[in-house]
Amino acid sequence: MSVTPLFSARRPRAPAAPVAGKPAANDSSAKPPVRPGSRLGALADAWLPRLVLSPTIIASLVFVYGFIALTAYLSLTESRMMPNFEFAGFGQYERLFDLERWWVAAANLGIFGGLFILFCLAIGLSMAILLDQRIRHEGALRAIYLYPMALSFIVTGAAWKWILNPGLGLEKMMHDWGFTNFTFDWLVDPDMAIYTVVIAGVWQSSGFVMALFLAGLRGVDDSIIKAAMVDGASLPTIYRRIVIPSLRPVFFSVLLVLSHIAIKSFDLVMALTAGGPGTSSDVPAIFMYQFSFTRGQLGLGAASAMMMLATVLAVLVPLMYLETKGARHGR
Amino acid sequence: MKLKALVSLLALAGAAAQAAPQVEVLHYWTSGGEARSAAELKKIMESKGVAWKDFAVAGGAGENAATALKARVMAGSPPTAAQIKGPSIQEWGQEGVLANIDQAAVEGKWDASVPAVVTNVMKYKGHYVAVPVNVHRVNWLWVNPAVLAKAGAKAPTSFAEFFDAADKIKKAGLVALAHGGQPWQDATLFESVVLGTGGAEFYKKALVQLDQASLTSPTMIKSFETLARMKTYIDKDAAGRDWNLATAMVINGKAGMQFMGDWAKGEFTAAGKVPGKDFLCVAAPGTDKAFTFNIDSLAMFKVKDPEQQKAQLTLANAVLSPAFQETFNLNKGSIPVRTGVPRDKFDSCAQKSMDDMAATSKTGALVPSLAHGMAVNTAKAGAIQDVIARFMNSNMTPQAAAQALAKAAKTM
Repeated sequence: MSVTPLFSARRPRAPAAPVAGKPAANDSSAKPPVRPGSRLGALADAWLPRLVLSPTIIASLVFVYGFIALTAYLSLTESRMMPNFEFAGFGQYERLFDLERWWVAAANLGIFGGLFILFCLAIGLSMAILLDQRIRHEGALRAIYLYPMALSFIVTGAAWKWILNPGLGLEKMMHDWGFTNFTFDWLVDPDMAIYTVVIAGVWQSSGFVMALFLAGLRGVDDSIIKAAMVDGASLPTIYRRIVIPSLRPVFFSVLLVLSHIAIKSFDLVMALTAGGPGTSSDVPAIFMYQFSFTRGQLGLGAASAMMMLATVLAVLVPLMYLETKGARHGR
Repeated sequence: MKLKALVSLLALAGAAAQAAPQVEVLHYWTSGGEARSAAELKKIMESKGVAWKDFAVAGGAGENAATALKARVMAGSPPTAAQIKGPSIQEWGQEGVLANIDQAAVEGKWDASVPAVVTNVMKYKGHYVAVPVNVHRVNWLWVNPAVLAKAGAKAPTSFAEFFDAADKIKKAGLVALAHGGQPWQDATLFESVVLGTGGAEFYKKALVQLDQASLTSPTMIKSFETLARMKTYIDKDAAGRDWNLATAMVINGKAGMQFMGDWAKGEFTAAGKVPGKDFLCVAAPGTDKAFTFNIDSLAMFKVKDPEQQKAQLTLANAVLSPAFQETFNLNKGSIPVRTGVPRDKFDSCAQKSMDDMAATSKTGALVPSLAHGMAVNTAKAGAIQDVIARFMNSNMTPQAAAQALAKAAKTM
């Protein structure tokens, strides 16, 4: 007996595969063979997937898109401690752009996002390429590099906070070893604190990037590489001209994932510097949280959230466009 | 028909169950001494036949509690009372959700036993909506006398003496000023400096009324200059340090002094130190005749059931009863908010605090703390805090800081 797959989105195939024990139905009729209970099966086949998926669809419609719409609306109101619906036009955005702290946060996002993505890509790709050389114990090494990803950003932040604290971690250790001229006090230096966030973020995420690239590298067709080798191309040339260009889709995925991690980063900064010293390592997510929930400025917080959404879209839309365009042209 | 009877019976039963007097209190007294204090209130309420439903939300300055409260109020089922303080009471009053508890105030003669500066904060449009629980004094300077003796300095009473002592401590190779570089701690230091530089009248004009002329005045610029000088006595690792770690530096003799509210006393006593001997509490330089207060309070929310309303009034008066005021504040390290509480069990710091509060409430030098959300609403306080934090962490000039302060006071 052939069993209709439960979760197949396909409708019942027209002339069904011959049912065991029965001759195939008459080919001249377009009607599928009638089996006892198969009408119900067909109905289930058609509706079950929709039924099963509909709760998640409704949930995301309401809790993602609905709340995006609500936030967009709140950002246009006078909301303070509690949401209210007094329309205020773009007043909250004007106030937002007038706040120096917002620009500090935005600039920090630029520094953090840019460096974080750049270093993760560079380190992740080089580690992947090195690991791809069929070295021994590759599995163990891969696990070691990937392991930081298993930690939450809060843990990473707290750990690096101790490591980078001049009176406690790296600097103190070097002093204890006798290198008394060694200084590394970025964590407590208002001009450099944001870079410590980059360090911790890169440490956490580059293993993950490496894993993605490694998977991509394994997908590259061996015969092309062999052909290039036969043609006498050196290994660096092969990577530069053949392997890395063929990793394009992986680059897109990595960029997508990393850029949204960067834009919504909150816990890492909160654990590592709490936006300090002062407000020098503030990022938009912390700004949004503080103004909406602790300072009773829901409207302003909503406006900043919309600016973050706009940033995500500004990164996402061109990437998606390039990606689909690439696919259409067969790449 | 049977079904209808059953339903109405159930409804009756439900109403009866609800009518039992009960108070639900949202608070963030979750650390050791605080939790003991809250349990005390529960005991008093239960002795009066009112059930206590605890709604404790952990988290430092009550940010999580505020979020939980907003959710409850928006859902239309606020708790009976919630720990809200300062101008936030006014903000909640504007939302129209607070209950009028004038009756309890009349019964308990609050106006006669609590300073007017305090009761004003508890009122919305002239009616009591909240009850004060305790008073923390913020303008304290905690001093390790052993460190001073080693450096050959004495406990300062003015800025000149402070800087003199600080120089000597620095020369002795120790940290003069223990500080944690978190925005609220910067603001705590700042407000003590402003109070010491300009006095209570100036403090009120500048930091409570946010008078533009005062905010940019030479006195304010001088305050920032003093603050800039203080920065030089703070060790560079202070960024992001928690206040209790800074207090620990004073306790261990690694640092000489710390500006902090009287909750720091809890750290000293927990370490087995005796006030007056192992550590000194002196008013922040130049603020001996003034008192910045940080008052916890319970705001009462509108409840429909008359039984619950009665329970609410009982709660309000229980909080201000001398017995509760004594035990609660002994546990928490603060001082009673009302007069007529026996004082012999309190330590010397708390007694000095009580004397100073009584004295300053007459002279008008009892002022609300800016850093602890008592002076201006949260949005303005936040904006001001941002300016102070920026000043503490950059090379901003005092003049520019005063201008930024004035702008921050205006924009929110």
